[in-house]
Amino acid sequence: MATTDVVPRESSGQPGQAPVFNDMSIQVATVNGSGSQSSNSVLLRSIFQMGVPISGKNLFPSNIAGLPTWYTIRANKDGYIARKKEIDFLVAMNSETAQEDVKSLAPGAAVLYDEPLGLDKLRSDLIFYSVPYDKLVAPVCPEAKLRKLVKNMIYVGVVAHLLEVDLAEVEKALRKQFARKAKAANLNWAAAKAGYDYAVANLVKRDPFYIRRMDKTQGKIIIDGNSAAALGCMFAGCTVVTWYPITPSSSLVETMIEYMKEYRIGPDGKATFAIVQAEDELAAIGMVIGAGWAGARSMTATAGPGISLMAEFTGLAYYVEVPAVIWDIQRVGPSTGLPTRTAQGDILSTAFLSHGDTKHIMLFPNSVSECFTMAQDAFDLAEHFQTPVFVMSDLDLGMNNWMSDPFPYPDKPIKRGKVLSKEDLEKLGSFARYKDIDGDGVGYRTLPGTDHPAAAWFARGSGHNEKAQYSERPDDFERNMERINKKFETARSFVPRPELTGTGKAEVGMLAYGTSHWAIVEACDQLRREYNVEADYLRIRAYPFTREVHDFVERHDRVYVVEQNRDAQMASLLKLDINAELVTRVRSICHIHGLPIDARSVTDELMMMEGK
Amino acid sequence: MATTPTSTPPPKVNRIGLQVVDYRGGKTTLCAGCGHNAISERIIDAMYEMGVKPERVAKFSGIGCSSKSPAYFMNRSHSFNSVHGRMPAVATGAMLANKDLIALGVTGDGDTVSIGAGQFVHLMRRNLPIIYVLEDNGCYGLTKGQFSATADIGSTLKTGIANDLPPIDTCALAIQLGATFVGRSFSGDKKQLHSMLKAAIAHKGTVMLDVVSPCVTFNDHEGSTKSYKYMQAHEEPLHDINFVPAFEEINVDYDPGTTFEVTMHDGSRLRLRKLEEAYDPTDKINAVRRLMESHAKGDVLTGVFYINAQAPSFIDMLNVTDEPLATLPESAVRPGREALDAIMEELR
Repeated sequence: MATTDVVPRESSGQPGQAPVFNDMSIQVATVNGSGSQSSNSVLLRSIFQMGVPISGKNLFPSNIAGLPTWYTIRANKDGYIARKKEIDFLVAMNSETAQEDVKSLAPGAAVLYDEPLGLDKLRSDLIFYSVPYDKLVAPVCPEAKLRKLVKNMIYVGVVAHLLEVDLAEVEKALRKQFARKAKAANLNWAAAKAGYDYAVANLVKRDPFYIRRMDKTQGKIIIDGNSAAALGCMFAGCTVVTWYPITPSSSLVETMIEYMKEYRIGPDGKATFAIVQAEDELAAIGMVIGAGWAGARSMTATAGPGISLMAEFTGLAYYVEVPAVIWDIQRVGPSTGLPTRTAQGDILSTAFLSHGDTKHIMLFPNSVSECFTMAQDAFDLAEHFQTPVFVMSDLDLGMNNWMSDPFPYPDKPIKRGKVLSKEDLEKLGSFARYKDIDGDGVGYRTLPGTDHPAAAWFARGSGHNEKAQYSERPDDFERNMERINKKFETARSFVPRPELTGTGKAEVGMLAYGTSHWAIVEACDQLRREYNVEADYLRIRAYPFTREVHDFVERHDRVYVVEQNRDAQMASLLKLDINAELVTRVRSICHIHGLPIDARSVTDELMMMEGK
Repeated sequence: MATTPTSTPPPKVNRIGLQVVDYRGGKTTLCAGCGHNAISERIIDAMYEMGVKPERVAKFSGIGCSSKSPAYFMNRSHSFNSVHGRMPAVATGAMLANKDLIALGVTGDGDTVSIGAGQFVHLMRRNLPIIYVLEDNGCYGLTKGQFSATADIGSTLKTGIANDLPPIDTCALAIQLGATFVGRSFSGDKKQLHSMLKAAIAHKGTVMLDVVSPCVTFNDHEGSTKSYKYMQAHEEPLHDINFVPAFEEINVDYDPGTTFEVTMHDGSRLRLRKLEEAYDPTDKINAVRRLMESHAKGDVLTGVFYINAQAPSFIDMLNVTDEPLATLPESAVRPGREALDAIMEELR
């Protein structure tokens, strides 16, 4: 059975169709480097200021200027902010892609295009509006070389009129966008106004899409995940950051530098942090480990290729037991892959990163808010368990703008783990670095520089005994490895717990993590509304899995693990962890096209697998 | 009681009251006669004589015979035996965390010049405060004697195979890259190495010491240019080195005509008595030229080739607060509630 037979089209209005309020997806097709990012942000923010929930997703090439780029704004009254598969309103600014962009639209969609492109000849089942951008831009922008950049702001004015976005909100958003550049603000405002005025005088509204004022964004902020992570790390007391630029993680550290310069300069005018751009990812993680060993809260941010390069050092930190925080802003692999597209493809390789028996704690933020809070979780866990902790974000979360409630001020004190001071050593006399005193697998460490003759221990990646002495003895090696494993088992009850949506009593269970969350929430509603299928949804927030994840699999006949990779990586980790007889319950829904996962695809695939 | 005079003299101690035994380490597991063991001994002596508190020293190494040696000296110092070729990164991170540490890196020619060439290059250009001792024997000892990238053209393995690739001169490289104290010595030249290590302790910045350290098992034969015999015949010292620490009275004047004096950052004096006319160790270009000339003749030039005692170190340039970053209290590293409020307001 074709699922399209029963699925109603969402808001793809036919001419004369009933108006659609606050439920649409707007796609702007432009050329990379043409200043369209500012225009897109202004339009996004204008709708946000109208009180309508929004999301903005930038689909861009790995290029500085000249290649096509698309920006999709979704406005949705119900708060669905996952990517929507269908485009309702296309703003076609790029001659290279315009024809294909128009051909791929569903009937009834609206197209706003640059007049010379003549796109209205292509199809008769769409609603076309044309705007002579070059004629409009000349009078408002006397400097010819700036016209290319200002031109894009004209469409914002046109769209504002067509969708009935309050022009005052456009001006407010625009002035915020260019807050530090008065001349640019005035120039762009004139362009937006010219577009608006043109639309008022020349365009007759024929599409059904409208933005109406709501109150669903009151008090909320707009921020990207990388900036949120940077803030989280700053408030978590991070002191050493060493990094190597790589898309899509670079902006995390770059934003952090800006914030740290403003908020982390001590009363003596000196920095309470050090941020160093390393020569490569190997050096970046090596410095993190050196700093962690010497007692700093240290971190790096990278993406898949960097994770691969960090493998050897990660094994060292795991075995020497040094805290480290690594942000993996995942992009599409293998190899260079699609550097500017999103994925959840580093789950398996990170879980077991490095040779020998290794496994690592991973956290999976789903939102900008969790990028902020999990930063502290990551540092606390790394120092508590004296081990590397990976925060698995992705490009969609890291580089796109998301709306959020303001971040709460951290309510937990910073915990530095089991570190012995000079005074402790005076009482104890001596200590054994890798002895399991407390039964949790975690030993006590001292920091270099501790002023006591018994403070020193020898950190080494080679075999060692409880006292950190070189040892090749089979019993020493085995005991040590089992103790390190005990730390991992202990971590199960320390990592962030999963989050359940639903009664917990449905037959169908869904498991997902990270940014897939937003599509799952919407898919659960689609399943209920369209198929009368109730599904419980458990959002995994950490690896190792906590008890609740096991319980969830035990309580559901069919468990769909939804993820953005080819090989069902999280499902594979889950199958390794659950009882053998439960393995057959686990099914996988995987997406690997590099675009953020959408609800409709999940719903369709799940219903197909349900055989309905 | 206990007032009875004894015949045994009180143990000899240094200026901070420690005996030389307080600077010793575990028993070496390297081959008898290995140059590396002699270098460990010189490190112990230099640290003892300079009165360095062992607890302030952090030892770093990579992988290889040389990198094992930090276990054989200074047991009271923390140590990090890391991964192959990547000790510089670990040392850099540790110094970022705690700038009060005295970093001592021990590495080999395989660890530094091949797998670690990238990290070596960037360590030198940062001028991180570290004493970087490169124990150079021209071969991979721990994997049984393959050529390293410091082996000279034409030098042979024990099997007779000749090396046909040019050597990398780590000193010329370090000078060009920005290290601020660059020298070469020989593990068998006790006096020179001892003085150079003491001066190294007084320096604030990257000290790169390439120490030719023969591998008695795999590279001490006829045909090797890193053997004891070759070094005894071809070592060409630039100057006699005398180091006067800041805490010692200077009671001997020197003749500027025959001796070049460098005042170190802490006030110590490094005196280089010229064995050849007009060698100026602050002239980078001449230093590299002189190194190349010597090498072309088949000689091994030793001494302090280049020094800049005043250059800012990497830590200076970062302008970090006086207290070590590692142990700053929460009040110093977590901005207040009002900071977060202001940031949130900006994002609304």
